[in-house]
Amino acid sequence: MNDMNDLLAMNRRRFVLGTAGVGGGLALGLQLPLAATAEAATPAAVPEVNAWVVIRPDDTVVIRIARSEMGQGTLTGLAQLVAEELQCDWSKVTTEYPTPGENVRRKRIWRDFSTGGSRGIRASHEYVREGGAAARIMLVQAAADQWGVPAAECSAANSVITHGPSGRKTTYGKVALAASKLEVPKDVKLKDPKDWTIVGKPVRRLDTRPKVLGAQIYGADLRLPGMLNAAIRDCPVQGGTVRSFDASAVLGMKGVRHVLQVGRSAVVVVADTWWQAKTALAALPIDFDEGPNAKVSSADIDARLVEGLTATEAFVGNSNGDAKAALSGAARTVEATYAYPFLNHATMEPMNATALYTPEKLEVWAPTQNGEASFAAAVEASGLPADKVDVYKINLGGGFGRRGFQDYVVQAVLVAKQLPGIPVKLLWSREEDMTHGRYHPIMQAKLVGGFDAQNNLTGLHLRLSGQSILADVFPANLVKGMDPLTFQGLAMPGEHGFGYTVPNLLIDHAMRNTHVKPGFWRGVNANQNAIFLECFIDELAEASGKDAVEFRRALTANHPRNRGVLEAVADRIGWSKPAAPGIFRGVAQMKAFGSFVAAAAEISVEGGNKIKVHRIVAATDPGYAVNPAQIERQIAGSFVYGLSALFFEECTVKDGRIEQQNFDTFPSMHIRHMPKVESIVMATGGNEPWGGIGEPTICVAAPAVLNAFYRATGKRVRTFPLKKHGITFA
Amino acid sequence: MIGLTINGKSHKVDADPTTPLLWVLREQVGLTGTKYGCGVAQCGACTVHLDGAAVRSCSIPVAAVAGRRITTIEGLANGTKLHKVQQAWLDNEVPQCGYCQSGMIMAVTALLKQKPKPTDADIDAGITNICRCGTFQQVRQAIHAAAARA
Ligand code: FES
Ligand code: FES
Repeated sequence: MNDMNDLLAMNRRRFVLGTAGVGGGLALGLQLPLAATAEAATPAAVPEVNAWVVIRPDDTVVIRIARSEMGQGTLTGLAQLVAEELQCDWSKVTTEYPTPGENVRRKRIWRDFSTGGSRGIRASHEYVREGGAAARIMLVQAAADQWGVPAAECSAANSVITHGPSGRKTTYGKVALAASKLEVPKDVKLKDPKDWTIVGKPVRRLDTRPKVLGAQIYGADLRLPGMLNAAIRDCPVQGGTVRSFDASAVLGMKGVRHVLQVGRSAVVVVADTWWQAKTALAALPIDFDEGPNAKVSSADIDARLVEGLTATEAFVGNSNGDAKAALSGAARTVEATYAYPFLNHATMEPMNATALYTPEKLEVWAPTQNGEASFAAAVEASGLPADKVDVYKINLGGGFGRRGFQDYVVQAVLVAKQLPGIPVKLLWSREEDMTHGRYHPIMQAKLVGGFDAQNNLTGLHLRLSGQSILADVFPANLVKGMDPLTFQGLAMPGEHGFGYTVPNLLIDHAMRNTHVKPGFWRGVNANQNAIFLECFIDELAEASGKDAVEFRRALTANHPRNRGVLEAVADRIGWSKPAAPGIFRGVAQMKAFGSFVAAAAEISVEGGNKIKVHRIVAATDPGYAVNPAQIERQIAGSFVYGLSALFFEECTVKDGRIEQQNFDTFPSMHIRHMPKVESIVMATGGNEPWGGIGEPTICVAAPAVLNAFYRATGKRVRTFPLKKHGITFA
Repeated sequence: MIGLTINGKSHKVDADPTTPLLWVLREQVGLTGTKYGCGVAQCGACTVHLDGAAVRSCSIPVAAVAGRRITTIEGLANGTKLHKVQQAWLDNEVPQCGYCQSGMIMAVTALLKQKPKPTDADIDAGITNICRCGTFQQVRQAIHAAAARA
């Protein structure tokens, strides 16, 4: 057992995992020294200044982060926002996660823990900045009180408080204890963005070092004294149940301790090591009743979606004018049908959670995108009252939307409940993870555009047919049966507003749900909607003999920020000049998660089917850019997630189950496939709600490349992934 | 008991000889820096060095490495001094979630032993690790930065 885990174990009742594995349990000052990152002294107990800020006597600043870090950089970005108003020394900043249980006990003082929808920063920037500002005011007041001077004569910068008239100075660490006794001020005034010195700067991430040392502890790495390991098999078909299993076949195997049913549909083997558990599970005879979906295939699902493309009933998500009349009266129409498959998130770290249950207390360690949802799931699964439960968030090896779902947490609790007093780590195999995902919804679209005799676009009908995430996940959020999220990027004005003006427009959705569970897959419905719309816009541009950028420019006259990102990428890629011989270009733009995004691609194609993506220019206008260096990384990463899906990825259904089991059949890009990505981060400011970062750019990756592919080959691919058509990376 | 030499230290482990090296490292030796991503030699998250060469430890039975020199991510730094690849990773802020990065770094350090100044084509051919966060642009940049260091 290594030291890190011994300490985790010792402190587990109180610890809070923080930046770089350094934690201070809710102002209890517990430290988890980690070889490379340990801070020198073990700090004494320090009360918080307020909920967001703890300052230790050595001037270390601990900023509390409610959202989950899963690689997107939110830990650093949120800390920047607090630190900006706190006016502290950035080099002294560390972070910690409050626990969801503590949030509940403190009447949700940290508000929302949910980390999805690219909302981490954009939904909380105001109140976290207020938290930093309030703490600063308290620290300054405490110093002023000590000096017996008016606070108005004192100023704070870089963790130092100065009394102007006398020149006296003190540091945050020296007055933090006194500040903690003051009332938290309300109605604090925030800085003008033009005065920011930490926000908007490409400051370094706070969590890099342990990740290059192999010292970062992820959920899958957690080890507790006496811990057992569980490997699970859930019914391969969603909706099935366990009929029986023959534990005696494996109970004699080395290390195997228990074979247990989990809920109605799953069985675990619990062993000394996970490898023993997994090996025994493979040998365990389990008889599943595969239930009503046991015969469903992809062809059945596709047929239902095809039917929806022309069904009379559909939910209208966006419309103006009379599209049907415009299209029937058009001089000429263009029509196309597209289809987008199920996809698995395939986070690098498979799902896992660790739980320790006694009738007096349940503790759960979960790499989760939503600590509060994990907490609620743990409470419900354990049957214990909420005050006997807590969840400790532990680092995530990727999330992408998958870890907002709590199935793996529930399973871990249900196992631990059967083994009171024994900590159990449940880890899914990659195969379990691939086949029990929360899949990107499957969707098809039929698009019809109409032109008048003068070649003006007069009408557009975009019919979606396919799965609704909300209908499965949050049915209460449906609006008269309609799933508004289905229309991301195509919706009425708002964070996913449609980015063009078309005189007669109809965008509707025939909801066709399946037994394959849908989920929020990084980029969510903007992904397929951008392919449908932006490839079809190219088809319309071509049909009317117009340039793809000029055609879009004309339609974005009333959408200046859409036009802004479009022009930015067109300019940078040199759209107005011919591309080098053999190089072909494509563009796409959309508004998603409050940000305006566009991409321009340059590709070449060998032999009609081997694509080399040479260069991508990607622009994003989120309004405010908290950390441009991290935004660039999210943008570059978007092209890996988006193009991996476009080229390789699809989950198909046979006999009710997902066929792809591992990365051999659900591949992901390698470095040799990676285009050069040039990012343009446009912080245009203004008073509109801020845009998100983690997801928006993914949606423009595929259509920009597809539009370039068409120009190179004259071929429109409308079903995905490209490998189905024999098209690969060069 | 199987004798292993890991990061210069001798270990004796009591494991079924067919147990993959990955799980012996993680569960019996307590070195969790080496990650499980796929178990079938597809992703590279479990990459370690065997006698200095990169191997995917999920697909090597522990019995096959008895007595051979194994280096994991934890053994890469020299005391507090980071390996130049780790330093380049830090300087270029490569990791996002970081889960793939132990394997990525081990693959790159092995590549640099064979090709101290790799071209982009060498990198493309030599590095086949999956990173779902999509850090490849920074990975390439950091490889060149590490190669440029003495
Ligand atoms: S875990 Fe070994 S290659 Fe993926
Ligand atoms: S950094 Fe997350 S998988 Fe590579």
